[in-house]
Amino acid sequence: MINTEIEQEMIKPPLPPGPLKWVKENLFSSIFNSVMTVALIPIVFYLLFSVVSWALFSADWRAVTQFPLLYTVGQYPRDQIWRVGVILSSIFLFLGISWGRWGGLLRSISLAAGLVCVVTALLPVQHPQLDQGMRLFLGSNTVMILIGYFIGRIKAVKASVIVVGWLLIPICAVVLLAGIENSELIPNVPTTLWGGLLVTFLLAAGGILLSFPLGVALAFGRRSDLPVLSGFSTIFIEVIRGVPLVTILFMFSIILALFLPVESRIDRLVRALMAVTVFSAAYSAENVRGGLQSVPLGQIEAAKALGMSNLKTTVFIVLPQALRAVLPAIAGQFISLFKDTTLVVIIGINDFLGIGRSIINSDPEFVQLRTEVYIFIALIYWIFSYLMSLASRRLETAMGISDNL
Amino acid sequence: MSEEPIIYCRNVHKWFDDFHALRGIDMDVFEGEVIVIFGPSGSGKSTFIRTINRLEEHQEGQIVVDGIELSHDVRNIERIRMETGMVFQQFNLFPHLSVLQNVTLAPIWVRKWPKEKAEKVAMELLELVGIPEQALKFPGNLSGGQQQRVAIARALAMQPKIMLFDEPTSALDPEMIKEVLDTMTDLAESGMTMIVVTHEMGFARAVADRMYFFDEGKIVESGTPEEIYNNPQEERTKLFLSQILQH
Repeated sequence: MINTEIEQEMIKPPLPPGPLKWVKENLFSSIFNSVMTVALIPIVFYLLFSVVSWALFSADWRAVTQFPLLYTVGQYPRDQIWRVGVILSSIFLFLGISWGRWGGLLRSISLAAGLVCVVTALLPVQHPQLDQGMRLFLGSNTVMILIGYFIGRIKAVKASVIVVGWLLIPICAVVLLAGIENSELIPNVPTTLWGGLLVTFLLAAGGILLSFPLGVALAFGRRSDLPVLSGFSTIFIEVIRGVPLVTILFMFSIILALFLPVESRIDRLVRALMAVTVFSAAYSAENVRGGLQSVPLGQIEAAKALGMSNLKTTVFIVLPQALRAVLPAIAGQFISLFKDTTLVVIIGINDFLGIGRSIINSDPEFVQLRTEVYIFIALIYWIFSYLMSLASRRLETAMGISDNL
Repeated sequence: MSEEPIIYCRNVHKWFDDFHALRGIDMDVFEGEVIVIFGPSGSGKSTFIRTINRLEEHQEGQIVVDGIELSHDVRNIERIRMETGMVFQQFNLFPHLSVLQNVTLAPIWVRKWPKEKAEKVAMELLELVGIPEQALKFPGNLSGGQQQRVAIARALAMQPKIMLFDEPTSALDPEMIKEVLDTMTDLAESGMTMIVVTHEMGFARAVADRMYFFDEGKIVESGTPEEIYNNPQEERTKLFLSQILQH
């Protein structure tokens, strides 16, 4: 008995180093490292100090804080803004449901979102746009997240239902936002009035949801045995990848309008979405194609030997492995799509960045404050891009269980 | 044996571009027989068993499996593949699916079994190959021998009439060869019709009903294990046997 205890004592791994030892081993391990540490730490602290003190004491955030609604929804009619609220609440509800079901990163996002809502609702400041109704709405969103959490914990709620719900949200959102002609409850709101984060998110979410299946289809098309299909896919991909997104946006917004009769003109925002989708699809297609090539032939043979048809082999064997292999690349593609949506400002759509610019230009006083506005916009883009990047990394680890075959 | 052969091959030819890989193979396999095919690398033995379930297309000759002639008709090919299980040299398990999912995938989606039935059969088969406790693991976490036994269970789950083994132990570490051969021996004793491409001569001697020696895309010699080992007729067979039995 004593013997085994001693043996167990001996096979314990070495203790992790203490903080002092860590500093010595990592910051002062060599002369060069020590010099770098001594030189860089003051610089880092100086920069941090200047940024924080500027942000807190010298910066004037009026151009940001005065127009929260402009930044979020643009010119969307203020008396119809409850529609955006309904969409936001349902997103929070599904966020909570997903947290209850899957946990992980969703838990952190849910808690952060809930916290932001509560803190904003309780902000001890006077603001014309932060009235009692708005505070109540923000507070209720936290409740929505919690309700969602408990729904997600119910085993009977199938995961597929949650996924379908997520996919339906953008579609319902667009219908609700656009409204119905001559309707009392939800009158039509022209997209020229939509703006801000709302438009940015719609373009990004729509672009991702539409470009991904299109990209997969193009990747298969390019590998097809049928010359017409593979030729079309190849030309499509290479042409789109060979021109800048700006060109494609112009093409869809101006040239397309020239070809089509006036009465069948496609909405401006839809044209922008089409351009973003087509652009992203071409890049996704090449990513997916790389993944398809990485699936060993033996996998396909094994599936066929079991009597599986081409379609079943593709759906169950090839595509899951291909997508897993290229998940980081696809996530990167989606992040750049999200940021690329800022280019729609050149065809006159007031996305988040566009609203910022029009606020700056609306008042000579605000021109002086453009640094603050741009920093604020950059920060918001960074938060969402970073969230996407985090999510992709979590997904990679979750899918990497069987990496070593 | 008076009944029809379950596999019937006449004058099977196969070219890879200009390379003449199979040069007129004739073979009849009857139900319950265990056939071992051996020969030097590049002799066409793997190519031949891959033509039986149409992983390779033969360009001339006739192959009839379980009364279905192999032609360009996709439905025929899929029917034959349902009746013939195949085990590969490199296992080819699906790395993104658990062991259990590997075994149940085809029964659920091709045989259209309900999930409960497929899982019940799968667990019985994993029991049979001796690794039921690995059912929820992923292939990457299994040893080579375990992976190959899962591959055997996966092929058996479709309840095939014929099992094809394409060098099933060639990629295994020596200490794992035995566990796979034991599984295959059990299967042979249960009456399964098997065609095995292998160089495991001890296994062949113990289990095979007939052996075929392939060289340069042709059957050089065939016979019972006794005939092949004790009294080979052809010089090439003698030479090859002396080379592989030396060590």
